[in-house]
Amino acid sequence: MPLNTQQAEDDGQYVLVAKLDNARNMSTILKAVHFKETALVIASAMGLKVTVEDSKCIQANAFLQAGIFQEFLIKEEQVTFKINLTVLLECLNIFGSSSTPGSTTALRMCYAGYGSPLVLMLEEGGVLTNCSIKTQEPDETLDFNFCSTNVINKIIMKSECLKEAFNELDMTSEILQILMSPDKPYFRLSTFGNAGSTHSDFPKESDMVEAFNCTQTQTNRYKVSLLKPSVKALSSSVRVSIRTDNRGFLSLQFMIKNEDGQVCFVEYYCAPDEDMEEDYDS
Amino acid sequence: MRFRGKLMDIECIQHFTRVVSTVSKLAKTCTLKIDRSNVYFILPGSVVSGDISIWCELPQCHIFTEFNMEGLSEDADEIFLELTPENIVKAMKSARNAKWVKMKLTNKHIPCITFEVELPSLTNLPRTVIHDVPVCVIPRRSWAEFQEPKLTDFDISIYMPPLKVVKNIVDRMKHLGNFVMLSVNRNGEMTLKVETDLVSVSTHFYNLTCPNSRSWSKDPSVTRTPTQSRHQIKSVEVRVNIQKLAQFVSSQQVVPQKVVCNIHANRTVHFLLLHNDVTLQYFLPVVSM
Repeated sequence: MPLNTQQAEDDGQYVLVAKLDNARNMSTILKAVHFKETALVIASAMGLKVTVEDSKCIQANAFLQAGIFQEFLIKEEQVTFKINLTVLLECLNIFGSSSTPGSTTALRMCYAGYGSPLVLMLEEGGVLTNCSIKTQEPDETLDFNFCSTNVINKIIMKSECLKEAFNELDMTSEILQILMSPDKPYFRLSTFGNAGSTHSDFPKESDMVEAFNCTQTQTNRYKVSLLKPSVKALSSSVRVSIRTDNRGFLSLQFMIKNEDGQVCFVEYYCAPDEDMEEDYDS
Repeated sequence: MRFRGKLMDIECIQHFTRVVSTVSKLAKTCTLKIDRSNVYFILPGSVVSGDISIWCELPQCHIFTEFNMEGLSEDADEIFLELTPENIVKAMKSARNAKWVKMKLTNKHIPCITFEVELPSLTNLPRTVIHDVPVCVIPRRSWAEFQEPKLTDFDISIYMPPLKVVKNIVDRMKHLGNFVMLSVNRNGEMTLKVETDLVSVSTHFYNLTCPNSRSWSKDPSVTRTPTQSRHQIKSVEVRVNIQKLAQFVSSQQVVPQKVVCNIHANRTVHFLLLHNDVTLQYFLPVVSM
């Protein structure tokens, strides 16, 4: 049966239908938040928001806006389900994860509503793959209550220089200390591991720094184990914004360009490590 | 028992290396059989116990410029040796740019195949590397285990889609489940399907061709060509271990000219791979539901 008539018949039953000519535009973004097996998917007319959380201290959100899809149809105001993100990524990458020039995997994703599986149809080079992934009852996600009005310090920089620093983070250190200040050293990352302490300073005059808005000296500590997954998002991104609020909560926003030059955002929220005192001058 | 062979053509050296590399990816240990015409790599497996089996054959004249062998006796003019193919791969790694490679059955405390590799040298002095690959001589009484598997009537045969595509898919499916359903029908469609409580993934290949009953056999005149199913079976569906399937599709070093998949519904999936003068047969047992 030709695929088009099949689609027309089936579409009536779905509350969500999304089509993408290049499945990698979706899988790359999802990979950036893949540090736990399950994710919460919220679909609305704006697009998809995929949330992953750990230990009630860290939350990552991937935004796939409706505009990146060739077609994005939703019949309800909001559709939510929990899904195994590991399995979803395996399906999206079923034809291989390396990007062979000229060949893309086309994707059609459908969801028929509460209790239904997420159905994926992928095609590459005339070969067709159908996937049906069971969905689960959605959980409540944390609200980190991070709003721009409470932001004390903000830096926007090119991702490349931060990539090196993050890749070399001393994993024997339990915490990553972040200092942001209107005065020297402006932006400092510190770890305290078995071999000793390391400090990486990023001066505000650097070419890598695109915007620097620090109003107050703040030193906050975060568990390295929780922040390490954000390296995935950092490595796919071109630009990153680092913000801390009056409670010491950290917001990292990553700007990722997909293969078609479209921009998607991934954000990470991290609560400060409570074992340590906050706001002391190092 | 004697065996001596000299590989002098760099293409033959690379060809032989590729074949042994493929075999090493399929089996940790196997049997090397040498007779007057061919060299064989054999892994006899019992379908009943769910093992894979392998039969790989290549004409010795396409590898060796000089070849000399003497079997066990006049009426048993063959040599059967058990060895680890990876050891041969390691020895042949030294031969990537060799001027020649000599292979010889020797006895150095234990039986070995000795590889003598002459490498190019900037000076007049020769540079030689010698590898001794230990082997175990298989006694005549066990030879019956290593006969070429009989090809019974298959229910269906089909030419495989490009193995590289199948490999990518099976590699992903491996993470989702332990078994895969392989179905083939006479319209040239092949389906791979993995199904668990959590997820169901099926991949469909279209427009594949089915070989006619004579064309796939390496020797059209040979009577062991199985007849196409007399029962005119329209389609077949079998369940196989996904790791063992993945092993086969990942083992190829070069794109083979032809890969035929023959299925005997309750017993085996037989892959016959033809590339130039090499034939490789991989028997994958069917797992019951």
